[in-house]
Amino acid sequence: MMSTAQAPLPAAPCLRIPEGEAPYLEAQRCGACDALYLTPRMACSRCGKRDDLHPQRLAERGTLYSFAIVHRSFPGVETPFISAIVDLEGGGTLKGNLRGIEATPEAVRLGMAVKVVIDDALGRRDKDGNAYLAYFFEPAEEPSA
Amino acid sequence: MSDDVYIIGVDMLKFGRFPDRTVPQLGAQAALLALDDAGLEIKAMEALYCGNLYQANAMVGQRILQEIGQTGIPVVNCANACATGATAFREAWMAVKAGACDLALAVGVEQMGKGLLGGGGAGTGIPKEGLFGGGTMPTVFAEAGMEHSHRYGTTFEQFAKVSVKNHHHSTMNPKAAYQMETPLEMVMNAEMISYPNTKLMCSVNVDGAAAAVLASGKKVRELGLGKRAVKVRASALTSDPWQERDLVMPDVNSCTRLAAEKAFSLAGLGPEDLDLVELHDCFATAELLHYENLGLCGDGEAGRLIDDGETALGGRIPVNVSGGLLSKGHPLGATGIANIYEVSTHLRGEAGRRQVKDARIGLTHVIGLGSACAIHVLEKSDF
Repeated sequence: MMSTAQAPLPAAPCLRIPEGEAPYLEAQRCGACDALYLTPRMACSRCGKRDDLHPQRLAERGTLYSFAIVHRSFPGVETPFISAIVDLEGGGTLKGNLRGIEATPEAVRLGMAVKVVIDDALGRRDKDGNAYLAYFFEPAEEPSA
Repeated sequence: MSDDVYIIGVDMLKFGRFPDRTVPQLGAQAALLALDDAGLEIKAMEALYCGNLYQANAMVGQRILQEIGQTGIPVVNCANACATGATAFREAWMAVKAGACDLALAVGVEQMGKGLLGGGGAGTGIPKEGLFGGGTMPTVFAEAGMEHSHRYGTTFEQFAKVSVKNHHHSTMNPKAAYQMETPLEMVMNAEMISYPNTKLMCSVNVDGAAAAVLASGKKVRELGLGKRAVKVRASALTSDPWQERDLVMPDVNSCTRLAAEKAFSLAGLGPEDLDLVELHDCFATAELLHYENLGLCGDGEAGRLIDDGETALGGRIPVNVSGGLLSKGHPLGATGIANIYEVSTHLRGEAGRRQVKDARIGLTHVIGLGSACAIHVLEKSDF
């Protein structure tokens, strides 16, 4: 009964998947104080301004702000993986897996340039069999000085 | 001006595993110990504030009174992540400070499951752990530590030294869950949980309970309990103010800084006045951050502080001489009162081998993710 392939669903609220176009990341920016949010809210949690959040497309390049190398996780979660916190160019911070690099403290460099890659959510499916898209980070070429 | 508030009885159970006991039984045991320490009976108490996280809907405070005496007093049950016990203590402090009662009991109690805390994450229908990084507590605090590394070059070895120190301290604390030395190589070579936190750099998951009896100055004089009374010089509680990255990094820093600022201002004291500190070393990485958050050193100096032994017993400002959460253990709801017990014991000059010499003023700090930070400044009896 697996009928027609459904389009994958976003695994994160900031992930947009427009029909026939490349998926992208979108945040909400406060019109009053410029604070950026990855999820909608009733008012700006920085300044309290109501009904003044506006969509802003996030950059797909950034730098590694912090990380952890996860060796022990919950049952069924494949390890090791790099849990990365990335500051995006133009604002916004995301947390996700950093892949395409050895999961050792020697290989990972704080401040390194990374790019955002949107890809299948590690084959994870919900109870209805839906596929999901997620974002990941990969090492990027350093911007020329 | 309102009367000062004092601790006149305080104690804790030796932390460990108590599978044959219930949460109310553990809380009741600690309550009786604290009452005995004050030389009072439950009948004298005018209110009970009970902190417990995992059974927040189970009326634990009332069930404690079922064990030790149902006197009909007001009972408030509270949950505030890892600041739960300190929040219960603070509520008792507020009741006495406000003049609503002269004697109040605060209890913190927890029975822990096993394994990793944290993770999960609500939202759409697939598990997120390992998909968008990691959400376990060791991972979150590893990231908080690496943020410090990014800014100041703090090393894995410096973080590991925190664990060496606190485990060493715990060898002098009969109420710590563990009392064993863990040399640096042992800490660094232990199972890596989330780099840079190895297993020995994660707090111990154990059961426990602690309790305190708080009294107005008037009552302390009336009962003649001034000699061992400990003055609550300040109580501060904060939630996390907005921070740029707080959607992806639970913020333990600004929350603590804000609480420290409030506490020092209320106490009319500064970090230089402290003789000892019990802070929230839920992971070894966290302790170094809080040296700076609490003003024990300047920003970027925490690595040097641990390298120079300034926070070890005998150093300039001993931190976590109880063994800390890393070795004494971390039963979430009990932790915030257990560290008040520790500091009070030093101020009373009753800490035995681990006594901080001539301790007069101490600070306790806990932080629960989400976030809540509680700080208390305690002072030796002025009677």
